Amino acid sequence: MLGPLTVLLVFQLIGEVTVQLAGLPIPGPVIGLLLLFLALCVRGSLAVPLRDTANGILQHLSLLFVPAGVGVMAHFARISGEWLPILAAVLVSTALAIAVSALVMRALMRGRSDVGDVGKTGA
Amino acid sequence: MTPRIADIWVYLSASPLLGLTLTLVAYQAAYWIYQRAGFNPLLNPVLLAIVMLVSALTLTDTAYAVYFDGAKFVHFLLGPATVALAVPLYLQFDRLKKLALPLACALLAGSVTAIVSAVGIAWLLGAADGTLLSVAPKSVTAPIAMGIAEKIGGIPSLTAVMVIMTGVSGAMMAKYVLDMLRITDHGVRGFAVGIAAHGIGTARAFQVSEQAGAFAGLGMGLNGLATAILMPLMLALWRVI
Repeated sequence: MLGPLTVLLVFQLIGEVTVQLAGLPIPGPVIGLLLLFLALCVRGSLAVPLRDTANGILQHLSLLFVPAGVGVMAHFARISGEWLPILAAVLVSTALAIAVSALVMRALMRGRSDVGDVGKTGA
Repeated sequence: MTPRIADIWVYLSASPLLGLTLTLVAYQAAYWIYQRAGFNPLLNPVLLAIVMLVSALTLTDTAYAVYFDGAKFVHFLLGPATVALAVPLYLQFDRLKKLALPLACALLAGSVTAIVSAVGIAWLLGAADGTLLSVAPKSVTAPIAMGIAEKIGGIPSLTAVMVIMTGVSGAMMAKYVLDMLRITDHGVRGFAVGIAAHGIGTARAFQVSEQAGAFAGLGMGLNGLATAILMPLMLALWRVI
């Protein structure tokens, strides 16, 4: 648990430093993600403890968004003043983005031999 | 008796323990309800936990800043969790490689749709400029969206709220939208949810299957990059026109 957590934090730190040094418009953790991914590809294998820790954190990924979500409190005034445009924009645009991404991807996967690689169980 | 309770309250509300504990208790209660309801997407645990916490804080007249002083320890873990997405990505890499072209096209189409439709709808309905610039990056994960909002002149903390609303609504409606379009493939379903509804959508996808989760994590990461690059370009283009 401690080792893999340190690995994640070290990669995040390298990501943050890279972003600061290069002045990138991307958050440090995303660079950390890319670097860890590259490191795993170079190494060619994944240690079981790292896999377990990553899965453990990702299983409760939704918990991590709660503190920021409670911040809705601080914006009650603007949101209640413009609730219709905000709500409509968020709901309709999110549905559209899901539909467009899925339809484009499915259209381009049609007739490809590798489609079968991706599980076809409906849910 | 009453002054004693007041004293304890004063002590607790000054310590980060309360905000942290409340967050974990509320989330576990929310998750329990979600689980009992057979993981019904409409009972999204993030939404339930937020409703419980906002109610509790409003009733006790506690400021968000006081709550966040404790909750920031949970918030901090978003960083290492983002890095951890490299693991499912690595495990699914062989499949992803073969799908490079469909993934790239879906990413571009989804990313542009999310930005243009959000700004367009808010503008048509008469939203203020600050709101428009804050809603534009709503589909990408909070730290990226807040950075973009800051850069283009939006309000980062308002963007964070819209990002959460987007994630929660995406996680709630994805099943229905994708079922309606008869999209059965877990890779396609996950990728679309990750593009449109970032981490909260990805969390929901991981609850459905590991494959959907890995594709969602990829969609979320790539859309973060794509939006960070596309947003300033689109804004510059808009100002030229």
